[in-house]
Amino acid sequence: MIHYAMTFALACFGFALILNLYRVFRAPGVPDRVLALDTMVINTIALLTLLGMIEGTTVYFEASLLFAMVGFVSTVAYAKFMLRGDIIE
Amino acid sequence: MPLALIAALPFLGALLPGLMARAGRNTAALVTGAVTALALLGLVLHAPAVIGGQVLHQHIAWVPQIGLNADFFLDGLGFLFALLILGIGLLIVIYARFYLDPSENTGEFFTYLLLFQGAMLGIVLTDNVLMLLVFWELTSLSSFLLIGFWKHLAEGRQGARMALTVTGMGGLSMIAGMLILGHIVGSYDISTILQHAEEIQASPLFLPAMILVLVGAFAKSAQFPFHFWLPHAMAAPTPVSAYLHSATMVKAGLFLMARLWPVFAGRPEWFYVVSTVGLVTMVMAAKIALFKDDLKALLAYSTVSHLGLITFLFGLGTKAGAIAGVFHIINHATFKAALFMTAGIVDHETHTRDAKRLGGLMTLMPITFTIATVAGLSMAGIPPFNGFLSKEMMLEAAAHTGWWGLDWIVPLGATVGALFSVAYALRYVAHVFLGPVRDDYPTQPHDPVPGMWISPAILATLVILIGLFPMTMAGWLVTAAASAVTGAEVHPHIVLWHGITPALWMSVIAIAGGALLLALHAPLNRLWEATPKPHAKAMFDAVIDWAARGARGLTQGLHNGAISRYLAIFSVVVLVAGVWAFFTGAYSPGTRPMTPLEPVPVIAWFALMAATVAVVRYHHNRLLALVLVGIIGLMVSIAFVYLSAPDLALTQISVEVVTVMLLLLALNFLPKDSPRESSAPRKTRDAVIAIASGLGLGGLIYALMTRDFAYPTISDWHMAHSKAEAGGENVVNVIIVDFRGYDTFGEITVLGIAALAIYALTDALLRGPANARLRGWVPDLKRAGDRHPLMLVVATRVMMPIAVLVGAFIYLRGHNEPGGGFVAGLVIAIALLMQYMASGFAWAHLRQRANYQNLIGFGVLLAAATGIGAFFNGRPFLTSDFGHFYLPWHLGEFELATAMGFDAGVFLTVVGAVMLALASLSLIARRAGETVNQTPMSTDPSKAKTPEEKANALDEAAAEPHDDASEEH
Repeated sequence: MIHYAMTFALACFGFALILNLYRVFRAPGVPDRVLALDTMVINTIALLTLLGMIEGTTVYFEASLLFAMVGFVSTVAYAKFMLRGDIIE
Repeated sequence: MPLALIAALPFLGALLPGLMARAGRNTAALVTGAVTALALLGLVLHAPAVIGGQVLHQHIAWVPQIGLNADFFLDGLGFLFALLILGIGLLIVIYARFYLDPSENTGEFFTYLLLFQGAMLGIVLTDNVLMLLVFWELTSLSSFLLIGFWKHLAEGRQGARMALTVTGMGGLSMIAGMLILGHIVGSYDISTILQHAEEIQASPLFLPAMILVLVGAFAKSAQFPFHFWLPHAMAAPTPVSAYLHSATMVKAGLFLMARLWPVFAGRPEWFYVVSTVGLVTMVMAAKIALFKDDLKALLAYSTVSHLGLITFLFGLGTKAGAIAGVFHIINHATFKAALFMTAGIVDHETHTRDAKRLGGLMTLMPITFTIATVAGLSMAGIPPFNGFLSKEMMLEAAAHTGWWGLDWIVPLGATVGALFSVAYALRYVAHVFLGPVRDDYPTQPHDPVPGMWISPAILATLVILIGLFPMTMAGWLVTAAASAVTGAEVHPHIVLWHGITPALWMSVIAIAGGALLLALHAPLNRLWEATPKPHAKAMFDAVIDWAARGARGLTQGLHNGAISRYLAIFSVVVLVAGVWAFFTGAYSPGTRPMTPLEPVPVIAWFALMAATVAVVRYHHNRLLALVLVGIIGLMVSIAFVYLSAPDLALTQISVEVVTVMLLLLALNFLPKDSPRESSAPRKTRDAVIAIASGLGLGGLIYALMTRDFAYPTISDWHMAHSKAEAGGENVVNVIIVDFRGYDTFGEITVLGIAALAIYALTDALLRGPANARLRGWVPDLKRAGDRHPLMLVVATRVMMPIAVLVGAFIYLRGHNEPGGGFVAGLVIAIALLMQYMASGFAWAHLRQRANYQNLIGFGVLLAAATGIGAFFNGRPFLTSDFGHFYLPWHLGEFELATAMGFDAGVFLTVVGAVMLALASLSLIARRAGETVNQTPMSTDPSKAKTPEEKANALDEAAAEPHDDASEEH
């Protein structure tokens, strides 16, 4: 049962990646694209965690930990750039 | 004294005059003279053995694997040349002391002179072909420095360049020939090569080797057609001309011919090439010398002519020729050095060396006149001076030499050469010293101080003594040297009077004809000036120009500064090499089975491809391109995780973040759109190259991954040894900090240097004219919102300790699990950068105690210290050690490795470098007139006193940006 659940989740997050990709390419403005990229990072964290659970290894978790911790920093930098131009004022 | 020490003494001594330059020219000359005299003493102590026929050897192994040994040997020929180098060198030192002005840097001059002396001694004493090359080029180099000693004179610099080009080129040719000889014989020892003459003469490579060696020798000894550099080298101070360009360096080519005489002589090729070139040079240069008004130019062409004479004699390939050649080397060195010194004295005292402005100096400068006359008559070949003896021997040899079946051509050429020689030698004496005293000398001439005429006087005395008592004065030296040249014992018998021989008649014709030419000099000179002549310097400059243009064209064609050009050239070359390898090799399909395709990786692959194509399509919009590159980075990172490279993945994830920040910092000041510059054909060309290279690389990787490796990989070795030898289970980390620790050490050093360079460049930029432009810069983006939002500030503060904890964790476990100092450094740097972004540069910088430059330096030093620590363990640099320790209170076993210290160095360098680079870039914005915050956030509700104020403050913050609330930093 858990296997089906995880496969289903994997498919969902994989599909989500495609939707994110679409939003990066077709978007009303740059903020939407940056947000799509950020969501892609979040979906990636989910995918890596799922993969780790399916394969029973902890190696993937460090990568997802690091993504979770520093992934948002790029988004903040993009946001600061779009609002202020200079990211370190 | 050991031979190596004799050759090394001038090099060691060369330091002294340079260091004592401030002590004055007396001290400089004294130490130079002392060094020369010491080496001369060491040489003379070997004299009895060498004259007795012994050959002294000294062997010092240097790099015996490639046949490079510091071997020296001394035989008669080497002794003769070493004697000339040191003996005349000593006289030149005395002369130069008085010749050079006190205002000149005599220390520098004597240093160059000693360098030359050492190099020249090296040439004549070394027994190894490769050492010979080194010394040979050193003489060219020191000659360059000496010719250009008067740096303010354009002709000095140009003459120095020309001499270096010609003799340096000759040196390359010579070494090629010598290497061929070494290849034939199988040894690079000169003495061994000399013993294998038959083997060399039988080899098919004999002729190329001989030609190459001769080109080098001819270039050095100013033989036609390479003779043109020597007259231009006369821009040197006269002591240099007397020493290098008459007595020693120009004879290095002759030395080489004499040294290799046993190998080459006797073959018709040798005779026809060497004698012909020598004879042509002798006649041609003697004719030009007659019409030169500049005394030094006259002597320069006369030197070329006499070098041609000696070349001719060695080219004959007979024992008599070799004896005459060796004897003339001695005689020429004595009279020509003396003549150069008298020319220098005349120049020094009258301030001109133009023969047309001189004359009548006999009574004004009697001592100089006497010396010049003795040496000049010897050059003319008038008895009883030594020049007569060797010229007679040359004419005697020429009289019995046929050339291509013609018996008269060589005697005729030799007689004509001797005739011109008489004419210019007599002219030197007559037009400078004889005739009426003039009243239009630039200064009033008189004899110089004794220190200046003592050296040429000694040489002039030798000229007379050798002329009168040849066997007593020089017979032993000629015997020893000629025996060494021919490789067989010779017993020359030199006397003044030979009886009535053809040579005597040729001599008589030469003297009479020469005197007649001198009498007719005025009309002949008008004729000479009316005839067009090739200008060597113009031709040389044209060739050099052409070569320089060609080199520049090639360099700029390949290297025009556009990265697209470099990438295109690189890709096409690699592609062509790959295609060529593919179609010339045997291809068979791979044997490994394909791995199954999973849906999620396919999605990631598709995203990667789509983003790559989109970057190409939308790269003009730089911000969008950056976002798209972000997708690529993300996909590459998860590919690393998925394909079992967690260390790479961790690094890639952190690097992506830092890269985005770096590019955004730069993009702030850059145009947001790239201009469209490339034409359609160019885009097509680039697309074809890019697609072809991409497909080629993809195909190569596919081919590699579908088959097993042909050779065992080094991965297995690393797997087997990383735990056992370095105490780490994470092979990647062990490779970085231990197996390839040297590489890592180099890399962190480069990283640190790069960061410092960014800092230095921005600093220089902000001090230069760019600063004014930056102050006038208007931001091209609209500015909105809070500069330091409350939410961001609080969030990053909370993140900071977590990030530090993660960083420490990644660092500590790095040796056994994915992680390590590099990733940890990046994580900490990102955590710090978050604070910079949230609260601004000034606020964060005030709380930053460590200086980034120090951090980099400390990191590199720590890594180095860890590496050096291995020495105390008796192991090579960067060998790590490890041990297992038990903690009390049941905390368990843990491992400590010295690699941790190294990794800490990596960590510190990475933190320092990343922070310094980004801080430097953000400095640009500060100079552009931006104000900075001293407070952590734009609106701080905690600073408000009452709840109402707090609410108001928050409302205000939401309503308008607080730029004006900030202070100037």
